[in-house]
Amino acid sequence: MNHQQPLSYRSAFMLILKRDLTIAFRHQDDIFNPLLFFIIVVTLFPLGIGPEANTLSRIAPGIIWVAALLSTLLSLDRLFKSDHEDGSLEQMLLSPHPVFILVLAKIFAHWLVTGLPLILIAPVLAVLLHLDENSYLALMLTLLLGTPVLSLLGAIGVALTVGIKKGGILLSLLVLPLYIPVLIFATSAIDTAAMNLPYSGQLAIIAALFFGSLTLAPFAAGAALKVSTN
Amino acid sequence: MPLSEILSPLIEARQLSCIREDRILFEHLNLAVFPGEIVQVEGPNGAGKTSLLRILAGLSSPYDGEICYQGQGIRFCKEQFHQDLLYLGHLPGVKGEMSAQENLAFNLSLHGLDGEQAETTLSEVNLLGFEDALASHLSAGQHRRIALARLWQSKAKIWILDEPFTAIDKNGVQKLEQLFLAHVAQGGCVILTTHQDLSFDKVKKVTLNYRFY
Repeated sequence: MNHQQPLSYRSAFMLILKRDLTIAFRHQDDIFNPLLFFIIVVTLFPLGIGPEANTLSRIAPGIIWVAALLSTLLSLDRLFKSDHEDGSLEQMLLSPHPVFILVLAKIFAHWLVTGLPLILIAPVLAVLLHLDENSYLALMLTLLLGTPVLSLLGAIGVALTVGIKKGGILLSLLVLPLYIPVLIFATSAIDTAAMNLPYSGQLAIIAALFFGSLTLAPFAAGAALKVSTN
Repeated sequence: MPLSEILSPLIEARQLSCIREDRILFEHLNLAVFPGEIVQVEGPNGAGKTSLLRILAGLSSPYDGEICYQGQGIRFCKEQFHQDLLYLGHLPGVKGEMSAQENLAFNLSLHGLDGEQAETTLSEVNLLGFEDALASHLSAGQHRRIALARLWQSKAKIWILDEPFTAIDKNGVQKLEQLFLAHVAQGGCVILTTHQDLSFDKVKKVTLNYRFY
């Protein structure tokens, strides 16, 4: 038999990651649109509500997290849609690698392009909202653990709706309820930190959500992709 | 003596039925493809040619029946089957944001082949000089050529090609036909759909008819 040596899981992962990052950097809308949306939404709140530091610092965790959630939702479409439209998704599903490796690599690339910039810009925007100074570490930690969950859970929704022409609203309906636990525990952690109380409980729950979705979401998304391309 | 008496089929469809939009495209279809065979699936538009090829490649699941690879259901030997399969659908799977060479190198490495060979392979499909051009600046025919370039490197035995000649010029078609002949001479098989007449005559034809019920 002339079976060629298949790539190892790691090199298959790196191959897809490199490709997706190359595409994202050449198609810069993918990076700047969600980030710009995030910045605009957060900066509009002080203008709309007024500059009182007390009000702003009370609602700051909620604003930052809701904006992060919506900007992730906005960027989810590009995760599989363009690959589905030009046929490269079929080729990936037919490659000799397990689908979950490919899906995991695509989700990681998506997070690097959309989640990571949000985390980096969030402290600057938090200053704008007079976030309590005790809360900065909590904000960063919840974003660091929470944004990957948004990408992972979102991937399941996109994979399910990728074959549908106008799946945008359906996608929000499917995915937003799954985001709510992350939102609740993240904002609660930041609020607790502002009161100088330990917030490790909330953080542990977000971490549990992260590891749970990290291990299960790639399989679910892979299975959903197979259904969508059927 | 026909090959079929010596060898077992590479890929086999057993009692295949396919229903799309409440319409039966084909029922109880049996098809065995042996090493060295070129199978042309014929039929009018909408007869189910693409559906049949997608089912054979394992992308769609049939309403009834199964696909076997070397006598084993493809669900049970997915990795081996995918290693031995090259499927090109009617979408080329070429990314506009990447250059011709990057596209081909990715496709080759994804399927376990040497991505370094991309540049030399592009010369086979007359894309030399375009290797660094972004694919979004290239024509539809050139996209198809990038996708087809993989055939020159592929070690897979089963080639399933959906309309491979679309947007390809006459010289390109001739070159592809020679490649198919060389491939089947080495014990591979080709299953393709096309509305063009092939220039060689040892083609096994499968005809799907448009059914109104």
